[in-house]
Amino acid sequence: MNLMPHLIVAPILLPLLTAACMLLLGEKHRPLKARINLVSTLIGLIISVLLLIWTQNQSSPASIGVYLPSNWQVPFGIVLVVDRLSALMLVLTGIIAFCALLFAMARWDRAGASFHALFQIQLMGLYGAFLTADLFNLFVFFEVLLAASYGLMLHGSGKARVSAGLHYISINLLASSLFLIGAALIYGVTGTLNMADLAFKIPLVPEADRGLLHAGAAILAIAFLAKAGMWPLNFWLVPAYSSASAPVAALFAIMTKVGIYTVLRLWTLLFSGQAGASAYFAGDWLIYGGMATIVCAAIAILAAQRLERMASLSILVSAGILLSAVGFAQPNLTAAALFYLVSSTLALSALFLLAELIERSRSSSDVLIEEDAETLPTLIEPPPRGTNLDDEQKVVVGQIIPWAMAFLGLSFIACALLIIGMPPLSGFIGKLSLLNALLNPAGLGNDINAPISTAAWCLLALLILSGLASLIAFSRMGIQRFWTPLERSSPILRRIECVPIVLLLGLCVVLTIKAEPVLRYTQAAADTLNNPERYVMAVMGARPVPSPEAKAAMLEVQP
Amino acid sequence: MEEVIAIAIGVLAASGTWLILRPRTFQVVMGLCLLSYGVNLFIFSMGSLFIGKEPVIKAGVPQDLLNYTDPLPQALVLTAIVISFAMTALFLVVLLASRGLTGTDHVDGREPKE
Repeated sequence: MNLMPHLIVAPILLPLLTAACMLLLGEKHRPLKARINLVSTLIGLIISVLLLIWTQNQSSPASIGVYLPSNWQVPFGIVLVVDRLSALMLVLTGIIAFCALLFAMARWDRAGASFHALFQIQLMGLYGAFLTADLFNLFVFFEVLLAASYGLMLHGSGKARVSAGLHYISINLLASSLFLIGAALIYGVTGTLNMADLAFKIPLVPEADRGLLHAGAAILAIAFLAKAGMWPLNFWLVPAYSSASAPVAALFAIMTKVGIYTVLRLWTLLFSGQAGASAYFAGDWLIYGGMATIVCAAIAILAAQRLERMASLSILVSAGILLSAVGFAQPNLTAAALFYLVSSTLALSALFLLAELIERSRSSSDVLIEEDAETLPTLIEPPPRGTNLDDEQKVVVGQIIPWAMAFLGLSFIACALLIIGMPPLSGFIGKLSLLNALLNPAGLGNDINAPISTAAWCLLALLILSGLASLIAFSRMGIQRFWTPLERSSPILRRIECVPIVLLLGLCVVLTIKAEPVLRYTQAAADTLNNPERYVMAVMGARPVPSPEAKAAMLEVQP
Repeated sequence: MEEVIAIAIGVLAASGTWLILRPRTFQVVMGLCLLSYGVNLFIFSMGSLFIGKEPVIKAGVPQDLLNYTDPLPQALVLTAIVISFAMTALFLVVLLASRGLTGTDHVDGREPKE
């Protein structure tokens, strides 16, 4: 029996079942739940990697896996699809979830109820949103991930979080309403919600209905762009992300990428070059909206005083760069953007984790969210029975790492280099390939005299200037946090808190060394996106598994 | 009938939008509620409006599109109602938490300066 098609649905079912088990376990057994969660997240990551390897090993150019839940014929049922882009996002989600969870297990998971169950539901929503190929199913998975994110956002409670959470929830409820209006309009015009079927039907939409279709798509896009963090829809993001607890914020680093992923997926599929009169609809909005995001976030980053705020604003800068790059609908630029996406997401997650450790080491007079002191266990506490013992049977909790400051400093420098895009780490390679793609619109060496548009020059300038702004802000922050304080005790770090940061930054180093195969992969993913007919053919060509009776009948006929 | 539905959706959406822009959290909740009702009606009307037509196949009725209404929007509305209901309940909890922590029902968590 071939396991592969069933592997596609596994990333959704696994977290769902895990979360259900945890709810059954109730409020007690936290160490047990933490372990189940960790194992489940790890299995999810392994499944994602298997899917990624599968998309790599396919001989067909598109290598798209299709799964039909409940065995429904294609345009009538929900479809799950994995291609190179989704596989990449799945793996990225798995890695970040694993690292955020490791970090949370040190102490944050004790700060409130049901952390582990919410964490798994969040993962289910994320995996589902990356896998689904149905517009309404996408809405459902968005709601799943948002519902869990509301809980996680408020995890740890406190005034700042509840205030920011209130804004976060109302904005997202509003965006969900817009999502529904957009999806309903598109359904009203085309009569389908299956993405592949939509791509097939949009060129055939009569001229009289095209305005309605475009209105629906634009309303839908507002919902996605609000999540992706495009200016001026992103004012909720900075307070929400910078007040969320560190592991949650690290996980949220991938949430804006969900918005970008859906824009990339739907826009390249529905409004591709083959979409007739709707081809590249509203591409300029993406380009210039992305640029406006970069400008606003880069100016704000110069004024940011807290590390968490800087990290949130860096998310906005990278979202702006990605949206703008996507808007050009240029395969080599999309490939570079995908590489940049991977590198920047890993770095930003690490920065969110690091930010908490660095801010913790500052003097207690300016503790950021004072309520944390009550809800969180103190750092030096008698160890809970039966937990957190390392190899030498010493308690890991509160063990002082002598190199704490060195570790924090070096990790901070690595994060800063990655986010600014300075050599020698992968951020530089990401930005360099973006610049390269902007200067060679036709692909390297293909047509040297191809004209470079004004928009491309603008984005090029903004890429460099936003890097400069981040450089200034990060240098200032580094000087303030690491050099200026004259006397200060070394912060208390736990190993389990350092491991995820080392893992994330280590992956960025691997990404730097293995940049060529990764870029090849993103290039293949971008080529698949640029040829939506492959996706449409793969999905529409999927046949349900015949029932046992039909199989028997076929066998009888054949001899 | 289309006019009545259109006016109803318009009124719901307009009052919802106005309430969302108000400064008190309870008004925002009511606004989101009204807006979601408007959206649900809107989805429903996207399947074209008919009176007395079945959404599911019934014995004795000829099986063609002339005799049935589109069942999909009705299924979508059902999902959307459940989700918006749950989200509103969750929002109410956060509203109460915010009221308890900040001592005010202003959306910013503090009263505006006089």
